[in-house]
Amino acid sequence: MRMIAAFVAPLVLVAAMPAAAQDHAQHETQTPAPDRHAGHEATPPPQPTPAPTGDAQPNAADLYFDPALMARARQQLIAENGGMRTYAIIVERLEAGFDDVSETYAWHAQGWYGGDIHRFWWKSEGEGAFENELEDAELQLLYSRAVTPYFDLQAGVRQSYFEGEDRTDLVLGVQGLAPYWFEVGAAAFVSVEGDVTARAEAEYDLRLTQRLILQPSAELNFAAQDIPELDIGAGFTDAEVGLRLRYEFSRRFAPYLGIEWSSALGETRDFRETLGEDTQSTRAVIGLRALF
Amino acid sequence: MLLQRRTLLKTIAGGAGLASVQALFPAWAQTGSRGIAPTIASLSGPDIALTVGHSPFSVGGRTGHAITVNGTLPAPLIRLREGQHARLSVTNTLDEDTSIHWHGILLPFQMDGVPGISFPGIRPGETFVYDFHVRQAGTYWYHSHSGLQEAMGHFGPMIIDPAGADPVAYDREHVLVLSDWSFLHPHEILRRLKASPGYFNQQRTTVGGLFSGEDRMSAEERRMWAEMRMDPRDISDVTGSTYTYLVNGHGPQENWTGLFEPGDRVRLRIINASAMTNFNVRIPGLPMTVVQADGENVRPVEVDEFQIAVAETYDVIVSPREDSAYTIVSEAVDRSGMGRATLAPRLGMSAEVPPLRQVPNLTMRDMGMDMGAMDHSAGGMDHGSMDHGDMNMRDRSLAPPNMAVGVGVQSISPMPENRLAERPLGLENEPHRVLVYTDLVALNPNRDTRAPSRTLEIHLTGNMERYMWGFDGRRFSEIVEPIRFERDERVRVTLVNDTMMQHPIHLHGHFFELVNGHAGHQPLKHTVNVAPGGRLSFDLTADAPGDWAFHCHMMMHMHSGMFNVVTVRPLDGVAS
Repeated sequence: MRMIAAFVAPLVLVAAMPAAAQDHAQHETQTPAPDRHAGHEATPPPQPTPAPTGDAQPNAADLYFDPALMARARQQLIAENGGMRTYAIIVERLEAGFDDVSETYAWHAQGWYGGDIHRFWWKSEGEGAFENELEDAELQLLYSRAVTPYFDLQAGVRQSYFEGEDRTDLVLGVQGLAPYWFEVGAAAFVSVEGDVTARAEAEYDLRLTQRLILQPSAELNFAAQDIPELDIGAGFTDAEVGLRLRYEFSRRFAPYLGIEWSSALGETRDFRETLGEDTQSTRAVIGLRALF
Repeated sequence: MLLQRRTLLKTIAGGAGLASVQALFPAWAQTGSRGIAPTIASLSGPDIALTVGHSPFSVGGRTGHAITVNGTLPAPLIRLREGQHARLSVTNTLDEDTSIHWHGILLPFQMDGVPGISFPGIRPGETFVYDFHVRQAGTYWYHSHSGLQEAMGHFGPMIIDPAGADPVAYDREHVLVLSDWSFLHPHEILRRLKASPGYFNQQRTTVGGLFSGEDRMSAEERRMWAEMRMDPRDISDVTGSTYTYLVNGHGPQENWTGLFEPGDRVRLRIINASAMTNFNVRIPGLPMTVVQADGENVRPVEVDEFQIAVAETYDVIVSPREDSAYTIVSEAVDRSGMGRATLAPRLGMSAEVPPLRQVPNLTMRDMGMDMGAMDHSAGGMDHGSMDHGDMNMRDRSLAPPNMAVGVGVQSISPMPENRLAERPLGLENEPHRVLVYTDLVALNPNRDTRAPSRTLEIHLTGNMERYMWGFDGRRFSEIVEPIRFERDERVRVTLVNDTMMQHPIHLHGHFFELVNGHAGHQPLKHTVNVAPGGRLSFDLTADAPGDWAFHCHMMMHMHSGMFNVVTVRPLDGVAS
């Protein structure tokens, strides 16, 4: 029972996000209805009457040209006007980090291919110390569907690697643009072992000038239960807060400097303290952002 | 001589020594043109041959790939006479389909040149013969309706001389074809817009602009725009950050020059053949008398500046009296760049080029909110009264019942206003005379004096964040119902702009009468620019049976779905 509640809670949280965002833009109007006939129309418009419907000859050009050729051209016209499939690649972070203890590297990237509504979406992130092996990495392969003007619902799988352990999760999440131009995302993960975790992320671009942009970002992770093999305790597990200042020579080449603070939280922190691990770090970062 | 000079310029420009020395301009578009005269080549007569192919195109010292007609950008001037029969054979030497649409020309629908609607298109290696009777006079143009070829240079002017005396008197004429050129392929431009809608915008509000005051926008206003996830600087999707703005295929540095003799009445036939750019046109020091819009004569009206939307044409008369040069400025509406040309008595003369003006800020009116007591003259807003927080920006009850209010509809204008009497976007505060749509009065009385028997409301919808565009919430690719008209019925069509962008809406095969307060002399247009958050009506006599395209002429909006088919039935007597 506790298991189910823990499973449902993040999903509810996740599902509520776009709705809340949407509510924001959908307050009841308190202004009078518009005067639809204001302006310069001299003659009063007649009452609307139904438009003609149906047609014996739906495609007039078929009378003049080979209907098969016309059908082919029509298909192309339909595909060309709204049906374009395309892609984007967003390398949000490709960076090196430095603190008193270690020199680390990290990446954070995502991309998509598809139309306006249905997209294949991938996300990848990972980090490690230069002198050691890769510490952790993950790749998410998702189906993404636009569900509101600003938010996508995403579902798929995540393959992750954490200190020698491979894990596979099912993913259900939302991603989009909240009021005030916050890029936000939240996802719940259910591992094949049945462990439930969740993640929420947000970032914001503060344009100091057209090209100099300060980007605060935050990430918060949650686990519904203890996961001893990952040194994770139930509750909020860890948080990251970053501040990066980039210069956009172009959208495709925007180097940055920044600082990132990260910390284990709650039971996870206690777990790791007992193991003698670092539970907090503050790193200077230098990296590159690129949009393709 | 001319060629040598151009080659020299290219060489000086650096690294362009290998550029083709091929004459890429037809005579009328070559700089130093004395004007269009019988001695200067234009294509005319009953039989005209055009060939569509690939060409290199050079501007600003760089060479790119263009799709051209008869090897030139712009394409040759086609000059016809009202009442003649035209046979235009178009040969496709590309490795993809092509087409030519005769923009604004009244003709049988199967000659209209839209693949998938009027005909199957012209396949590689094929020749298609367009064959029609010329029923009208005026300034028009022609362009590809296949893919995004038009954005790569496949466009040219068409002038039809009247059968009788021209009511417009002039001593000399020049054609000015305005366009926007990018070295990026238009598909790549659209891909980048889908990836990041603000990709090309380098004029957004900034913290720096807030503190310096250059943004002309308070922190509270910014907060409101941000809350709504709307960008008050979203004036043009594609900007001078990638576009070079051309006049007759010449960039600003190349300074296309048209000649005059002091005292001449010079007719300028101005065509906006851009893919994505509306222009503000002015000639400092020279008032312009607008005599024609979209090929139809209007009562002369003298102005100092006008905005020309994509696909519109305006003919103006200027009368330079001094022995001096004048700069023709075609400034992009978002002020990210300008086209520049010169009118001069002699080649080599030039006049001062005014600097770009400040980028306009969108206002609540551009969001379809009538803020009542707003102060237009100052271009600012009474901040205290803008309590928009309780305004519903997506109220489904304001949409027609058949509209799909889905992902592709970011907002629905709460109080769309008729803005035909207002100055166009960004020209509100210019201290000189600016053309507004209500200034246009048809020279000849309207032919069909019947009151409309039906009204039809069409919403122009979009989602800027996803770069989706459509009519009534649907992209054409969603398999939409066509817009149906009974043959010869008269309908009042109202366009409501639910977006914050300008949309030049074009109907093929017909002129519509803009309902602008001049009953009986409503101006006839083939393209009308619907202001952001605004609404307008036109009266249409659906007298051209067949199937016709109806779309936004912003190429990227059209290609993203703001497109539909208009059917006019019955077809009786149409098919041979």
